[in-house]
Amino acid sequence: MVDIPSSSSVPRLRGPQHLFDGLFRGATLFFGLFILLILGGVALSLVVGSSEAFRIFGLKFLWTDTWNPATNKFGALVPIYGTIVTSIIAMVVGIPLSFGVAVFITELCPPLLKRPLSIAIELLAGIPSIIYGIWGLFVFAPFLQEYVQPFLIKTLGAIPGFGMLFAGPPFGIGILTAGLILAIMVLPFISSIMRDVFETVPPMLRESAYGLGCTTWEVVWRVVLPYTKVGVVGGIMLGLGRAMGETMAVTFVIGNAHRITSSLMAPGTTISSALANEFTEASGSTYQSSLIALGLILFVITFFVLAAAKYMLIRMQRQAGN
Amino acid sequence: MAKDLARYARRRRKNWVILGLSLCATGIGLFFLGAIIFSLLTEGLAAIRPSLFTKMTPAPGSDGGLLNAIYGSAVMTAVGTVVGTPIGILVGTYIAEYSRGNKLGQSIQFINDVLLSAPSIIIGLFVYQLLVVPMGHFSGWAGSTTLAILVIPVVTRTTVDMLILVPNALREAAAALGTPKWKITVSVCYRAARQGMLTGVMLAVARISGETAPLLFTVLSNQFWSTDMNRPIANLPVVISNFALSPYPDWQRLAWGGALLITLTILTLNITARFLANIGSAKQ
Repeated sequence: MVDIPSSSSVPRLRGPQHLFDGLFRGATLFFGLFILLILGGVALSLVVGSSEAFRIFGLKFLWTDTWNPATNKFGALVPIYGTIVTSIIAMVVGIPLSFGVAVFITELCPPLLKRPLSIAIELLAGIPSIIYGIWGLFVFAPFLQEYVQPFLIKTLGAIPGFGMLFAGPPFGIGILTAGLILAIMVLPFISSIMRDVFETVPPMLRESAYGLGCTTWEVVWRVVLPYTKVGVVGGIMLGLGRAMGETMAVTFVIGNAHRITSSLMAPGTTISSALANEFTEASGSTYQSSLIALGLILFVITFFVLAAAKYMLIRMQRQAGN
Repeated sequence: MAKDLARYARRRRKNWVILGLSLCATGIGLFFLGAIIFSLLTEGLAAIRPSLFTKMTPAPGSDGGLLNAIYGSAVMTAVGTVVGTPIGILVGTYIAEYSRGNKLGQSIQFINDVLLSAPSIIIGLFVYQLLVVPMGHFSGWAGSTTLAILVIPVVTRTTVDMLILVPNALREAAAALGTPKWKITVSVCYRAARQGMLTGVMLAVARISGETAPLLFTVLSNQFWSTDMNRPIANLPVVISNFALSPYPDWQRLAWGGALLITLTILTLNITARFLANIGSAKQ
């Protein structure tokens, strides 16, 4: 950007205009710093709120699996496990789907359909979490229970070892259902970033590859993807950050059971669903402090995931700029 | 030669299979969008009656509507937007107009982008400790504060994106006339970026009107008509959540009605915002 001399260096500008200039600049700077203050405040409030839990349980809190309000014994292992497993399912299902959507939109789609299709997929991102929640509870979970889960139990469940992931009765609600809903929810985020970075590939590269006789898939796999891999990973991490913090949709369909089971069909809990379910009813300061400690853990994990995502996307942007 | 042809056929087959799969992936995405909207329409339309907009949330088993919840949501969304938008615009202005890519501006933008995707439930916890604990009770103000904090990063982001698109020649022309910098920003840059900034505000409103999790900790809800922002106040997302999880069929029906209402509002806002952005970019 060209540097326009600030009014202070122009001698003519004195009086009210000069004052306004300073005030306006000051206001923008003040609120800019306010953003940093919000983040600092969030971190501080979580640390203060969770101090009691960490004082009582120590760092053991992180890997203890008890969660018993009656005896005031709390540990974060079960919610952390649930958050990680649901996010893994969301990524395993969501990444190929998002990749497929991005490839279709950038490589195959007729130009006329490109925009409407992108908008339709992005509308999935606009639907609020709670809507996914009630749809998941009343429509998707019963569907899975009736048709998909019995099939999974019969086929994948019969494989020795691996099968225990799909053992047990089909509840409908549970970790698998939550993971699948998350996959649908992160799809628009990941695919729109993939689409954007795919479009930064210089046409020359693509055309050269086609000129050598590559098929469309070979161009995507050997040229587009290597060129954009930082951005693609950034998009995936952004989706991961979203999946881990998603609350209402998960709360509705995960079943909210504080236990770790080998089966993905069993009910479980995540950090955010435990908070949404129990926070307002938590009696006793240790209970509440333990829940805030869960919040702190979620904050730290998502902060690093999102910061890494952002860092990669910035690198991608610089590369595209060059 | 035959070997080469066989290999070529194999490569082409692989290409078609994978591109076919990508078509399927797009189909799956669209299918879910359609399935959700279909369920909302089939379940929700039954609940859309005049009484939905004229009556209060009922006790189980009696007739009622969502008037108090619609009112509460509208007020809190309005307050959140009115407070959050100017702050977001000023932050965006600092990043795009004043910091010129210095360290501070870059870090503010970075943190803003992290806040943009941060779990909203964490913001709810923050406001709970900041306002609800000292005040001693849940309140509409606490909810509006939460929503305002969620509005800021969205508006900041679009403001920055739009101000960067404003051609420097415009700024220079104004500066050459002796216009002070604040006036260049307000009367030239904002005006040029108006459409895009409006889009940002609409997307922000769309985002906060469905937020549920942070409101659970800050406003709770209220079964009755209340306009006192200093007290718990009914709001659509929390009422939907409570009613959907209840065992009463008439409450569940109201939940679907509310869900349809919120989704239609949000989708309309989203589509209008994109339409506006489209006009804006076509002009340039």
